[in-house]
Amino acid sequence: MPKDPSIKSILIIGSGPIIIGQACEFDYSGSQAARSLREEGIEVILINSNPATIMTDPVTADHVYLKPLTKKSIKEILEKHKVDAVLPTQGGQTALNLAIDCDKAGIWEKYGVKIIGVDIDAIETTEDREKFRLKMAEIGVGTCKGETATSFLKGKEIAQEIGFPLVIRPSYTLGGYGGGFVNTPEEFDKALNSGLQASPIHEVLVEQSILGWKEYELELLRDNIGNIIIICSIENFDPMGVHTGDSITVAPAMTLPDTVYQKMRDLAKIMMNAIGQFAGGCNVQFAVHPDTDEIIGIEINPRVSRSSALASKATGYPIAKIAAKLAIGYNLDELENQITKTTSAFFEPALDYVIVKIPRWNFDKFQGAERKLGLQMKSVGEAMGIGRNFQEALQKACQSLEIKRNGLGADGRELTDQQEILYSLENPSWNRLFHIYDAFKLGIPFKTIHKLTKIDPWFLHQIEELILLEKEISSHTLEDLPKALLREAKEKGYADRQIAHLLKCLESEVYSKRNELGIKRVYKLVDTCAAEFEAKTPYYYSAFDEENESHATDKKKIIVLGSGPNRIGQGIEFDYSCVHGVLAAKECGYETIMINCNPETVSTDFDTADKLYFEPVFWEHIYDIILHEKPEGVIVQLGGQTALKLAEKLHRYGIKIIGTSFEALDLAEDRGRFSDLLKEQEIPYPQYGTINDAEEAIELSKEIGFPLLVRPSYVLGGQNMKIVINEQELEEHVVNLLKDKPDGVILLDHFLEGAIEAEADAICDGEDVHIIGIMQHIEPAGIHSGDSYAVLPPYNLGDFVMRQIEEYTVKIAKALKTVGLINIQFAIKDDKVYIIEANPRASRTVPFICKAYREPYVNYATKVMLGEKKVKDFDFKPYKHGYAIKEPVFSFHKFPNVNKELGPEMKSTGEAIYFIDDLMDDYFLEIYSERNLYLSR
Amino acid sequence: MKQPERKKAILLLEDGSVFEGYSIGKQGTSGGEICFNTGMTGYQEIYTDPSYTGQIIVNTTAHIGNYGVHEDEDESASPTIKGIVVNDFTYQFSRNTATEGLNEYLERHNTVGISGLDTRKIVRHIRTKGAMNAIISSEIFDIDELKAELEKVPSMESLELSSQVTTKEAYELGSDNTGLRVAVIDYGIKRSILQNFVKRNCQVKVFPAKTALSDIEAWKPDGYFLSNGPGDPAAMDYAVDSVKELLNNNKPLFGICLGNQLLARAVGIDTFKMHHGHRGLNHPVKNLKTGKSEITSQNHGFSVDMDSLKNNKAAELTHLDLNDNTVEGLRLVDKPAFSVQYHPESSPGPHDSTYLFDDFIQLIKDQKS
Repeated sequence: MPKDPSIKSILIIGSGPIIIGQACEFDYSGSQAARSLREEGIEVILINSNPATIMTDPVTADHVYLKPLTKKSIKEILEKHKVDAVLPTQGGQTALNLAIDCDKAGIWEKYGVKIIGVDIDAIETTEDREKFRLKMAEIGVGTCKGETATSFLKGKEIAQEIGFPLVIRPSYTLGGYGGGFVNTPEEFDKALNSGLQASPIHEVLVEQSILGWKEYELELLRDNIGNIIIICSIENFDPMGVHTGDSITVAPAMTLPDTVYQKMRDLAKIMMNAIGQFAGGCNVQFAVHPDTDEIIGIEINPRVSRSSALASKATGYPIAKIAAKLAIGYNLDELENQITKTTSAFFEPALDYVIVKIPRWNFDKFQGAERKLGLQMKSVGEAMGIGRNFQEALQKACQSLEIKRNGLGADGRELTDQQEILYSLENPSWNRLFHIYDAFKLGIPFKTIHKLTKIDPWFLHQIEELILLEKEISSHTLEDLPKALLREAKEKGYADRQIAHLLKCLESEVYSKRNELGIKRVYKLVDTCAAEFEAKTPYYYSAFDEENESHATDKKKIIVLGSGPNRIGQGIEFDYSCVHGVLAAKECGYETIMINCNPETVSTDFDTADKLYFEPVFWEHIYDIILHEKPEGVIVQLGGQTALKLAEKLHRYGIKIIGTSFEALDLAEDRGRFSDLLKEQEIPYPQYGTINDAEEAIELSKEIGFPLLVRPSYVLGGQNMKIVINEQELEEHVVNLLKDKPDGVILLDHFLEGAIEAEADAICDGEDVHIIGIMQHIEPAGIHSGDSYAVLPPYNLGDFVMRQIEEYTVKIAKALKTVGLINIQFAIKDDKVYIIEANPRASRTVPFICKAYREPYVNYATKVMLGEKKVKDFDFKPYKHGYAIKEPVFSFHKFPNVNKELGPEMKSTGEAIYFIDDLMDDYFLEIYSERNLYLSR
Repeated sequence: MKQPERKKAILLLEDGSVFEGYSIGKQGTSGGEICFNTGMTGYQEIYTDPSYTGQIIVNTTAHIGNYGVHEDEDESASPTIKGIVVNDFTYQFSRNTATEGLNEYLERHNTVGISGLDTRKIVRHIRTKGAMNAIISSEIFDIDELKAELEKVPSMESLELSSQVTTKEAYELGSDNTGLRVAVIDYGIKRSILQNFVKRNCQVKVFPAKTALSDIEAWKPDGYFLSNGPGDPAAMDYAVDSVKELLNNNKPLFGICLGNQLLARAVGIDTFKMHHGHRGLNHPVKNLKTGKSEITSQNHGFSVDMDSLKNNKAAELTHLDLNDNTVEGLRLVDKPAFSVQYHPESSPGPHDSTYLFDDFIQLIKDQKS
């Protein structure tokens, strides 16, 4: 059936602020869905409270509502717009839950809004564990033994019946929050209580434990007449027991014979058909018994998900985009394959490569957090590697993580403590993968590793093979290393740096040797069809193979470096800026090339840049792409610290950095030189000094005076920053910092106690400066800017202070010869404005200001960077009405034992925007009155 | 874990392209028509499908051998392929129920193979240049010498291969009192097709490809099945003639793959050799009668000509390939006979199309009552 003509306008519900378990994958899906619907001439209305998203941009939808995701907001929208249908499947569980709430309140019915993409009954069947279990029993799909309990007593009875080990899963919680494994009756009471409390409806499922079974996911699409396709099979490297969001995952499934896979495929179809007959996407999870191949259904989600975003990037099949078209009536056979443009959208992608996704955790931000992985998701982001084989994909994913490793092993950072390794194998945390490698290296028997990890032997053998290869390489020197061996190492994903470590030589020597021997990267296409058909979409990954498929054009072109996996302090805001940078460069006639490795993002949508290289934002990969593409330059100021810290190497290799020069970027980071500059410009800054050891620190503290802000140079999101009030604390923290980085320089700043903080973002072309916005924090100084409430424009800074902020911003931007964006942070005490720091790059607040003032500042800044425009060429007309409040959002509920106090180290995972008309607003008054509540000191 | 010793092997294509890799399976030299399969699972089923007789298979999926081999998953007594070309070959397989590793299996069945070459480049090459012959060797590295060997490999066009793989003797399967007797003409049948009949309570007798009609009729079948198989249908006049005879009996007839081409030719529709064929587990086919589509398992290098079908009054198109609009199924207008080009028995592949077996059995039942 073609498009349903009765649907002319659609409301898409977003997923709100980023929290653990619900991140920017929904910006990707929401943006795709919106674009897909607008292509069909449908008016798209969008609601999301997250300002850092592309989906809430005017380029995405016809009407954007940056409002809280509540029934009230929905009603307001429906009063204003004639909405024919609501699509609640693109905004995660948040959007589905809101759709259910509105349905129960009769809102959709009242306004004549049709729910498309899913039906309410299906959501309830899939979210209510008991309904799910009954439904599966009805259709003959095996599930875990278990039952739901709504009381403590009932829970105990069920446990007695099933026996241990078992698992507790609270109903209606995100990312498995509140659940856990229970091995003994002694642990049971406590776990049951916390599970019941975590569930909003006070209900838990007490279930047989299938710890150690193999875990799989399938991504399905179905249309109105019941055509179903499976887009991707995903196999979890970590077996059952680790939340899939915290598992290393691999596509396509590596260890499934066709007989078992087809049985699983059949079950997935039966399950999707059993929960309802809507047109849309579905994610189904299975566990497979490693000895018997018995398959049981774990869960089914009738919406796009983190896994479907991964599946889209893994296969090239844009699930959200097609799901949106199915929701408005199209059938799969009526749509075309978006990659080949000649074949049908009704097909199942065939991969001739392997992808590995590794989650990115931030346990360092949550002191005291339980670091063991389990049923609750704890990771904050993920990176994906694409390779011609599993090992290459695995190495690339490790290189993408930015955890100071050069890949999996071969970097001198191995753990050698046997007991520690054995513990880690059985109790998975963020570093288990690395410890499996260490275990093989240490000679721990294969059987022991398998017994403790229960990871499929195929994967373990792949890692074991790497160790054998390394041993062989290590027995050579660079001079006598056989070509075939070097080639094999490169084919298996080893970075030059890792090989250099094994050969005890320099990275550059390995690089030269392999180039001399003609061992070079080629680029292969992600084409959905294993090369069976010609593909039109330029989505590439590198491999050490024969044929190169990425042909460099002779157009003028620009590379934009992405921000890698999400982490606290560097998330979706930077992806927002990268996407706008790409779009602006396109407008200026450049061919745009995106390099990034985060599968959740809009920047890695193959529709965003002219060419996408899905590669680690890791020097070796970037440099090879630059040599291949020969761009005019590289934009580093949009991709956060990840991109920025590559500036030095780019500069050293003579590659042009677009916008602000490396010298200026470096100057801003170098506290000493930056302070000299401030002094020269007669701009005040807090007393400071640099030290190399604890003794020097004590000396310096006498000069500057307590309290002191102590931090290493070059940090992200206030990492390891601490305020100390006496010599003892100072000594302790300095020793701690030096333990991690013995030769690091440490900064001591006098901390302006009780100061008010503010920040300004500006665009500068080297001559003129335009301040795009000034935001005043609500909490006093001492809380990281990312964690504080902030108001745009300032709510109680006097003219005198504002004039200083403006003057200093202009002076600094010019003095740094900024070309592009700059963010400056201020502390204000007794009406005197001090500079805390200046970052000549896109900041976390830029997207917020763009949304609040309704102007495309990143677009303007990119044009300035490219030299296409001057600041004076733009007619700035910010929409200024009332105030916009930035509300930080935390994911502390995932870490029940963590101290929730805030300080100079950022802990929030996301943010929401809230508009108020005036300062009498109740919301504002409330947060203002609580401004001192969370301060640690 | 011990790494196997790596031995050099080369792959030479008819057009002179040479690829170097490592020898897997049996050491030796072997030539055939090179073709690629895009399936990500099911290598054992593919290698043992008799339709691939005389061909060298390129598996496009990144890893082959991961889950070893299971004795229940053979589609025929042994592989009749001429070789395999794979990207990454796994010696250390993982499957608790596996009966052996793929390398041992290939060695045992004298199947040569080559791994560690740019399979994607080969696929793009075939996609552009079309099907051609090729030869794998782990012994002859002199290109001219190998070329001479390659020249001895016959062209697939006009090649009859069914008589090499058909059963020598007729045999029966299934219980003998169900009242549904299906006579299977074996041109190189896959075991899973027979299992599909047996599962549906049919009594099946499998006849050699060149069985006389009278011998088949002596068994009193209720319906006929024309199997899949290798080779060019245009070189199989004996089979086309016997299909014509079968049709005269007006009993239900169902054909798969080569069976589809033979049915077409029996009513005067042309077949042709495709540029590089369809081989994979993800091919979209639309059933024109129901309007629904199915993901199918395909393996064919020849096809029924669309124009010829459209101009033929005796038959009509029932199934269409959504990727390239080729004929994937047809039925006769005034006879109870139909056939599909793809593999509803899958193995390997999705089970979306098993309804065709039910349709055939229904046709038999309708005819009987």
